[in-house]
Amino acid sequence: MTDGLYKDGIVSGRLAPGQYAENFADLHPPLDAHEALVEADRCYFCYDAPCMQACPTSIDIPLFIREIATGNPLGAAKTIFDQNILGGMCARVCPTETLCEEVCVREVAEGKPVKIGQLQRYATDVAMKQNRQFYERAAPTGMKVAVVGAGPAGLAAAHRLATYGHDVVVFEARPKAGGLNEYGIAAYKSTDDFAQAEVDYVTGIGSIRIEHGRALGRDIHLADLTAAYDAVFLGLGLAGVNALRAEGEDAAGVDNAVEFISELRQASDLGALPVGRRVVVIGGGMTAIDVAVQSKLLGAEEVTICYRRGKEHMNASAFEQELAAAKGVAIRHWLQPKRVVSEGGKVTGIELEYTALRDGRLAGTGETMLLAADQVFKAIGQSFDAGALNGSGPALRLDGGRIAVDGEGRTSMTRVWAGGDCTNDDREDLTVSSVAAGRDAAESIHRVLTSNGRA
Amino acid sequence: MADIRNNFVGIKSPNPFWLASAPPTDKAYNVERAFKAGWGGVVWKTLGEEGPPVVNVNGPRYGAIWGADRRLLGLNNIELITDRPLQVNLQEMKQVKMNWPDRALIASIMVPCNEESWKAILPLVEETGADGIELNFGCPHGMSERGMGSAVGQVPEYIEMVVRWCKQYTRMPVITKLTPNITDIRRPARAAHAGGTDAVSLINTINSITSVDLDSFSPEPSIGGKGSHGGYCGPAVKPIALNMVAEIARDPETHGLPISGIGGITTWRDAAEFMALGAGNVQVCTAAMTYGFKIVQEMIAGLKNWMDEKGHATLDDVIGRATPNVTDWKFLNLNYVAKARINQDLCIKCGRCHIACEDTSHQAITSMVDGVRHFEVMEDECVGCNLCVNVCPVQGCITMEPLAAGVIDQRTGQPVSPVYANWTTHPNNPMAPKVAAE
Ligand SMILES: Cc1cc2nc3c(=O)[nH]c(=O)nc-3n(C[C@H](O)[C@H](O)[C@H](O)COP(=O)(O)OP(=O)(O)OC[C@H]3O[C@@H](n4cnc5c(N)ncnc54)[C@H](O)[C@@H]3O)c2cc1C
Ligand SMILES: Cc1cc2nc3c(=O)[nH]c(=O)nc-3n(C[C@H](O)[C@H](O)[C@H](O)COP(=O)(O)O)c2cc1C
Ligand code: SF4
Repeated sequence: MTDGLYKDGIVSGRLAPGQYAENFADLHPPLDAHEALVEADRCYFCYDAPCMQACPTSIDIPLFIREIATGNPLGAAKTIFDQNILGGMCARVCPTETLCEEVCVREVAEGKPVKIGQLQRYATDVAMKQNRQFYERAAPTGMKVAVVGAGPAGLAAAHRLATYGHDVVVFEARPKAGGLNEYGIAAYKSTDDFAQAEVDYVTGIGSIRIEHGRALGRDIHLADLTAAYDAVFLGLGLAGVNALRAEGEDAAGVDNAVEFISELRQASDLGALPVGRRVVVIGGGMTAIDVAVQSKLLGAEEVTICYRRGKEHMNASAFEQELAAAKGVAIRHWLQPKRVVSEGGKVTGIELEYTALRDGRLAGTGETMLLAADQVFKAIGQSFDAGALNGSGPALRLDGGRIAVDGEGRTSMTRVWAGGDCTNDDREDLTVSSVAAGRDAAESIHRVLTSNGRA
Repeated sequence: MADIRNNFVGIKSPNPFWLASAPPTDKAYNVERAFKAGWGGVVWKTLGEEGPPVVNVNGPRYGAIWGADRRLLGLNNIELITDRPLQVNLQEMKQVKMNWPDRALIASIMVPCNEESWKAILPLVEETGADGIELNFGCPHGMSERGMGSAVGQVPEYIEMVVRWCKQYTRMPVITKLTPNITDIRRPARAAHAGGTDAVSLINTINSITSVDLDSFSPEPSIGGKGSHGGYCGPAVKPIALNMVAEIARDPETHGLPISGIGGITTWRDAAEFMALGAGNVQVCTAAMTYGFKIVQEMIAGLKNWMDEKGHATLDDVIGRATPNVTDWKFLNLNYVAKARINQDLCIKCGRCHIACEDTSHQAITSMVDGVRHFEVMEDECVGCNLCVNVCPVQGCITMEPLAAGVIDQRTGQPVSPVYANWTTHPNNPMAPKVAAE
């Protein structure tokens, strides 16, 4: 035990130095070859398989599992990448319990789905370890496409466009590519710098150039891109953070969860990363769970998630809620933040009001309670920051604060497509959905670029 | 409690489960342990004539095929008869029989196909106190190249001749073990019968190559890059063995000839099926080689439990009960109509029944009803073939339901006839007697 454990305030080095690596190890260690074969044998090779329908990228799951079972993991990897070039990351981060594995017929039959995500990881790991590239660029078309944002949506779009022979330039504001794969996903889901390995694998096809430190709205403008490129794809993600709307939320120690996770993901020494002794997380989604669990793993003594509705309303899946509980995080429901309590400008607690549903509407009951806290994380959702589009010529039509797109990712501007979290499409805000959106937009771009006689 | 004591051609054992002649019965060490585990009897690993024993290969002698989860489904071997000196085996047999007087101990024998050889070995075996002998006319590899094993078993005249010698030179009951590597199993059985055998046992292993190594292009098991066909056994051969047992049981020429059933028996259920088709007891090899001797405990308990449940007091209440129900295709009732039915509560919606029926059968199972994934049999298309039942991963989910007489068969639009009618009288059969002049 180290002295750091019970130190008040937001401090680093709460744990013994060796403890961090253990705490942040792979959440699901990879299957070895034997385990993969045993698991693959469980697949029934269903007709019109429900898992395949549930996968946002429609990977032919029964086929890739059969390929694993017959000793052809490379073939399995190709089956996966055909639909989802970020199949490696998706295998690690997809909430499979609400996607493919939820509808696996063996889940229906026995409550034990085939471990699709784990098998997907097995196959993609085999291919990526050998750096086996399955796609060749088509003959160059001479067309240029600008992709803004190197997150899952942008990368998937760039790769598909490259296979068709288009030249792709990716403009990325941050120093590294990968989007939230690099800066947001929980550390224990993406270990060993996998996000960067995947970026290298995806761009390995060639003719994709990533320009870092180039932000739309600051260094480049949409009008310039539409003028200089044959098409533009926007995969900007969600840069804004929703406010708590609680009194005193400017106090030091009230932090943005996504920013904290991003620092954590980039930290070369987790022991140097400060975290509170008593941490309160406000929110009920994946981000809330991730920041809570990682705070706990960093050595916070008490971590409490407060969510303003009931368990069944939480965006975080049952699996994630259980994960948090197993790591020692307390989840409290029907509580909304009212006032941040601080001393000398530093947070010391948070006052929360009990809530209830009245006639279907959420309302405070008036009764309050106080939780001691030296760190409060805001994890109540991100928002699209339309600032990047400002001064970009004719404004893009927004819908619900996000970029309005049609079924194939076309925005209100010709030759401008968008996909991923920054759009209003009806896909969930997930890595896999963003991959699907980027890929589909690339198909749409390719159709447009080649149907008007220019290719 | 059911009484499962077995009396097979006068050889008594506490249960009908014997270990077949094979590695599990190659030495006293194994057999002692088998008896401790509960096996009712053993057929000792086949003895050869006196002199330098045979030699086995020094590389792999087994090959296999597997099902899901690498369950062993079929085993193949290129092993020969015992490679230990005859005297050692005989001494051990004698000792074991003394130690276990209530268990059956049978000597399996394979010597060259001449009267002198058989005449020489039989008294030696008799001296051990063995309860009987089994003539190995089945081994399909190695020994057959030397004119023994299946080389004898494939020529009915030889079988008859050797059986006669044995009946002449020993008082011990003679069981003739048949090879399945023959077109009509009734021929060797009739020959053994004609020679005076007390019983037949079957099947021995089936000629086979289990797989080919795709790097070296050698058949498996590979001995330095070359392979030889071997004998196939295990769960995969059970259907073949069952049919052969039934063929002999219902052949008028051999009807009543005691049969020791062998081939793929792995559970009490398999054993009960063999006995129902006419086997007086059973022998097991691969299941023991896969899981060890302990499996006999499941077999004993399972058989008793089933017999109690069904009210079968002794094995005689079971043996041969299914034999009369094995008939020729031409006598099957063509007016019997059954339809598949899917139990929606058990259905896990894998859709395999649909795609099997859709792609390869009669397009009689839905995949979508009112926009919802739903699998249901369309009775007007279903021919009752049973394919869906066989591909369904959930036991009991799809069943074949017979239509009662008088009910309209939706497929033909005709009421189901209560009258039994088979192909021999069917109007489409050119050989059928014409009912009336036109
Ligand atoms: C904490 C957290 C945990 C999550 N965990 C999971 C999970 O476990 N599983 C899962 O499926 N999903 C998870 N998600 C959601 C998932 O990460 C996102 O849905 C997905 O990354 C969205 O992809 P995207 O490409 O649309 O956007 P992003 O991944 O956000 O990528 C956008 C990229 O655009 C760049 N960019 C933004 N603005 C500009 C600009 N003006 N100019 C240039 N570049 C710009 C950004 O730097 C970034 O690289 C999580 C999200 C968060 C916040
Ligand atoms: C390795 C091996 C060796 C065998 N050796 C003999 C033998 O020496 N004599 C014999 O009659 N049968 C021999 N058999 C055949 C078995 O006795 C038995 O007939 C056959 O394996 C089918 O039964 P099973 O499916 O239970 O294994 C051998 C089988 C195996 C697997
Ligand atoms: S991408 Fe995600 S949802 Fe699709 S199959 Fe893979 S793990 Fe399941």
